[in-house]
Amino acid sequence: MNIAALASVSLQRQSSALRVWRGSCQADVWLAAAREVAEGGGRLVSLWGCDRRDGAGSGHFIVSAALATGDGLLCLELPLTADNLIYPDLTPHFACAPRLQRTIYEMLGLDAEGATDFRFWLNHGDWPGDYFPLRREASAREDLSGHEVVDYPFIAVEGDGVHEIPVGPVHAGIIEPGHFRFSIVGEKILRLEERLGYKHKGIDKRFETMPPLQGHRLAGRVSGDTTVAYAWAYCMALESATGIEVPRRALALRALMLERERIANHLGDLGALGNDAAFALGLAQFMRLKEDWLRLNDRLFGHRLMMDCVVPGGTEADLDAEGVVALLAQCNAIECEVRALRDLYDEHAGLQDRFIACGRVTPKLAARLGLTGMAGRASGIAVDLRADFPVPPYADPEVRMATHRNGDVAARVIVRFDEIVESLRLIRHWAAALPEGPIRAEMACPQAGFGIGWVEGWRGEVMVALEIDCGRIRRCHCHDPSWQNWPVLEHAVIGDIVPDFPLINKSFNLSYAGHDR
Amino acid sequence: MSWTAWLSQILAIVLALALAPLLMGWINQCRAWLQGRRAPGIGQPYRLLHKLFHKESVIAEAASPFFRAAPYVVFGCMALACGIVPTLSTELPLSPAADAIALVGLFAVARVFISLAAMDSGTAFGSLGARREMFIGFLAEPALLAVFFTASLISQSTALTSIVENLAHKEFAIYPSLAFAGIAFCCVSFAENARVPVDNPATHLELTMIHEALILEYSGRHLALIEWAAALKLFAYSCLGIALFCPWGIAEAEDPLALLVALPALFGKMAAGGAVLALIETLSAKMRIFRVPEFLATAFLLAVIGMLVHFLLGV
Repeated sequence: MNIAALASVSLQRQSSALRVWRGSCQADVWLAAAREVAEGGGRLVSLWGCDRRDGAGSGHFIVSAALATGDGLLCLELPLTADNLIYPDLTPHFACAPRLQRTIYEMLGLDAEGATDFRFWLNHGDWPGDYFPLRREASAREDLSGHEVVDYPFIAVEGDGVHEIPVGPVHAGIIEPGHFRFSIVGEKILRLEERLGYKHKGIDKRFETMPPLQGHRLAGRVSGDTTVAYAWAYCMALESATGIEVPRRALALRALMLERERIANHLGDLGALGNDAAFALGLAQFMRLKEDWLRLNDRLFGHRLMMDCVVPGGTEADLDAEGVVALLAQCNAIECEVRALRDLYDEHAGLQDRFIACGRVTPKLAARLGLTGMAGRASGIAVDLRADFPVPPYADPEVRMATHRNGDVAARVIVRFDEIVESLRLIRHWAAALPEGPIRAEMACPQAGFGIGWVEGWRGEVMVALEIDCGRIRRCHCHDPSWQNWPVLEHAVIGDIVPDFPLINKSFNLSYAGHDR
Repeated sequence: MSWTAWLSQILAIVLALALAPLLMGWINQCRAWLQGRRAPGIGQPYRLLHKLFHKESVIAEAASPFFRAAPYVVFGCMALACGIVPTLSTELPLSPAADAIALVGLFAVARVFISLAAMDSGTAFGSLGARREMFIGFLAEPALLAVFFTASLISQSTALTSIVENLAHKEFAIYPSLAFAGIAFCCVSFAENARVPVDNPATHLELTMIHEALILEYSGRHLALIEWAAALKLFAYSCLGIALFCPWGIAEAEDPLALLVALPALFGKMAAGGAVLALIETLSAKMRIFRVPEFLATAFLLAVIGMLVHFLLGV
């Protein structure tokens, strides 16, 4: 479907290089548009709510759906009046909708009409069910203790020989907290149910009333391994809300950092994948490469993960001629080593035996469930914002998307290797021809505005929707692609055996922090 | 029974208790070097044991006295196993008490105890580990027995000391039946000692664990005993492998001075064996758990072929 087909909604194009349209409509049109996008092969990027009432209690609640179409991103707002806080359920069209809708309810008390799952998702009993933290009247400083906490009702699998394994949230290794409830027969997984939200930090609430020019720091901490993507998405949203032009040199530096972040994470995960199959040699070697990579980040940009390097209007750190030389030299060195390690992985029979046909998500299943990002590309979903909707400097050179159709752990390993090589090519290209000029444009704090940032992070598309009112942030919604992919993981493991789960999980390596916010 | 016999017996057990962690440390060091990492000190396992013995032991509320007793039983089994395996000398007063078949039984007793103890606390991982441990154990035991039968066919005895004495007196040559049995023994050792490619002793992934899942609930001195017992088991297997397939240099009855030769010989052979183990571990990935039956069936088959070769060729 294309944007023009939505004649009934008056749409406004966002003033930026990004193709984003925004409009407001009533429930029937909202649902029809979502259905049309779904049928046209589009996807739900994010779904969030906002309290746009003023202090006197008049005004609306808003439910916004960000829909990706062939033309760009369509942000459709559905206003809800206080006496009718119900919006249509999007589950029939988008498989990732239920958890987003459950979150909207516990944050704002807006109900999806027709939804079947009413369990709390991020609220683990830390606040009462009738307290909605993102409503204007909630200060988040109230005394919220003393309410009853009920057990989370997992869906039980019954039958002869079925038993449950509860795993987490505290794990035997140092990883993020999440709970996995397996129903198994012997070693075979019949069903996996995830329970997330252990890292809920109330970032959405923290954003409220923050000065817009400081928000990038918090956005960059939503998920530490994706800090550049989040900070860039936030800045993109802020810059399009104010309509300023970012210097070309700053854009090139941002893209360079984003690709460095992608490589760092792929290096770490490839090592960890080897280690999960007890191939510790892989871990040791990839970690060495990653460590070198992060140290150069520290040297060039002042932070190992490049936190706070992307700032509104440009970047914090510049690259001098000496830095460019070091960067190019490291690209060549790493590429050489990565190719050697790739041969090692490819030709290791024991490793390939573990990787191949493990945790398979077929392209058909991936399309139905809306798998996105790197994992999606390994299952034949050829979506990559860098190639589909390139913002400068991505159109030059064009990004060659890495895809695979097998959808198993081996395919995700291949896509990661391919993406490393491609990112190295991009870095080399930009570093060799960095545009001259300033790295930061002067930015004045905007009084009001709305903007969306949409960036292909290493996991997938990161989206930030920013609403500014009276010179302060009214609502900042950060969306991690893990929202789309966590439910797919539940399907990926069905029929596999329990000891293969860590490998499958690591091949996706989804974010807990980014999801729980 | 002479005093030298008792000396070598006591020496064998003391040596095993003292050196088993050292072997562990050596293997870990080799693994680290081969992976290109800086290695922990060779004495790291001793430090671990020291730390664990000084820590409080926390026990699950639901655990029965069986849970507390199991580490002592397991440790006792392994110490006894080290006592009857000819480490330095073939003159061991304890040896007539238990032959090769009893040794397999001793390992089985330890396995049953640790598995029952794992299920005792009622956690999902304990049962998961116990199930996997028994699954591997019931496949490994026949293969180990078949290896011993091959060796005892050659020496016409199931007593370990006479097998080793007999083999040590054979002239240096490759015996096809022993070569088959040797490979089978290696496969069984990997499975029984929870090494890569069957299990991963260094894993932190609770869902893939076998041996580690069994002992997840243990802490403090109990865990120390189990870790020590695991080191003893590896030591016993290494000694067995050396005694059966490379016995030259071992001391025999009525020759106390030979112990002086046997000790460095054992050290050398152990060090080489540990390095080879580390090399194999570094080069391989852990196999899917349902490949383990194929792996151990191959071991069993090789041991049986060893037996058949002995019947056909008479060597």
